[in-house]
Amino acid sequence: MAILFSISLQPQAQLTESKQQQLDNLLKHDCGSCHGINRNGGLGPSLLVSDMEKYSLESLAAVILNGLPGTAMPPWSDLISAEEARYLANRLKSTQD
Amino acid sequence: MTRVITVIGMLIITLSSCAVYKQPLRGTGDLAVIIEREQASILIADTSRQSIIKRINGFGDLSHASVVFSRDQRYAYIFGRDGGLSKVDLLTQRIDKRIIQAGNSIGGAISQDGKTIAVSNYDPGGVKLFDAQKLEIIADIAATPIAGKNSKVVGLVDAPGNGFVFSLWDSGEIWHLIDHDQLTKYSHVGINPYDGLITANGRYYLAGLFGEDGLVKLDLWHPEQGVSHILPDYAKDDPKMPVYKMPHLEGWASTENYFYLPGIGHHEVLLVNKQDFLVSRRIKTYGQPVFVMASPTEREIWVNFAPPNNDKIQIIDANTHQISKTLDAGKGVLHMEFTPRGEAVWVSIRDENRVDIYDTQCNCVIKSLPAHKPSGIFMTYRAHRIGL
Repeated sequence: MAILFSISLQPQAQLTESKQQQLDNLLKHDCGSCHGINRNGGLGPSLLVSDMEKYSLESLAAVILNGLPGTAMPPWSDLISAEEARYLANRLKSTQD
Repeated sequence: MTRVITVIGMLIITLSSCAVYKQPLRGTGDLAVIIEREQASILIADTSRQSIIKRINGFGDLSHASVVFSRDQRYAYIFGRDGGLSKVDLLTQRIDKRIIQAGNSIGGAISQDGKTIAVSNYDPGGVKLFDAQKLEIIADIAATPIAGKNSKVVGLVDAPGNGFVFSLWDSGEIWHLIDHDQLTKYSHVGINPYDGLITANGRYYLAGLFGEDGLVKLDLWHPEQGVSHILPDYAKDDPKMPVYKMPHLEGWASTENYFYLPGIGHHEVLLVNKQDFLVSRRIKTYGQPVFVMASPTEREIWVNFAPPNNDKIQIIDANTHQISKTLDAGKGVLHMEFTPRGEAVWVSIRDENRVDIYDTQCNCVIKSLPAHKPSGIFMTYRAHRIGL
């Protein structure tokens, strides 16, 4: 159990605090311009923690990186790394602020 | 006894005059509302003194909030993302009335006669009309259902004849509403119209398409002609880039002979001839344009950009159609609002928590006002403009 715990924290541990703040700001304001600043949805669907339960962290990270063709969700891979996408996916699944 | 009453009477008169002096008479034609979305507050600012008058809190979710004004410029109607519709008294700096009219909304408009407020909603998809004074509901127009959910409504504007025009994102339609109940529907206009605008004279409604290249045009002088596609293939051979932020068409630029429109998915502003609606030039820009705003003098067009290029502003010279200046404005340039006669432009710099006021002669910052994560800036001159 202890090992699993440390693995799940690993992606965040490698990001500096200022990078994490930048990503939190991105999530709130740039993702928020379509999904709502409180993630209640808008042009894009709501991203509340309860909405995210059915998705794995990896599949959420993949959507962030690759986008969803045929929708307004763009691929963010030019702007953020796989590790950063996992950080955002983890935030989506775990925190609501 | 009489004397006591007289003294009390004089006291009351003195006290009430004190109250009047506390809040001196003033006009509201030079005020602005600045949205602070993260903390769901607004700032009321004085654009003559270039200062903040007051912060008002308690607006729910202000992501993508927008504002229209009563024709006497006393009241601001604030449309929040959470369906909140708030009527703010700019003179007393208080919320006069606030309702939650839907689950999820995207802006609104005020009718030509100033009596009706229309709100466009994502959830439940449709448009609701309210009495502008009391915010009591007048009409509820449900959008076309797609897969069991009403289509989201975008690009709502007021139109002559006390009408409103709006686009349906999911069902690809444009609807024209007159007198609260006469509805004309234009179907199959294109894939995913994302925003709309109406020309300053109220004649043309243009909707941008996200799902395909080009825009859709509706001539309200000739509604019998229906909608037509414009600029359908101006960039068909160019790869489209990811769109990290939808461009805004409201507050778009129009000069004597041209429209300036954001090229969606491209680093360019499109110069479109007003006579034939053809692209006259593609002006390469620093990033994907979000707002393309002409100065009231029509001499310059200011452009800001989607992330990650939201740190600069470019100015297009309307004489040459070239970029004349690139400004290092700061991180998170979200919105630009010219004063009514264009001597200054107010710019919200979200990530640096300030609103910068630029002098348009030197294109330099003459004052910075502190604001918490500012986004939209709306000045009261909008009260007297069709489509704003």
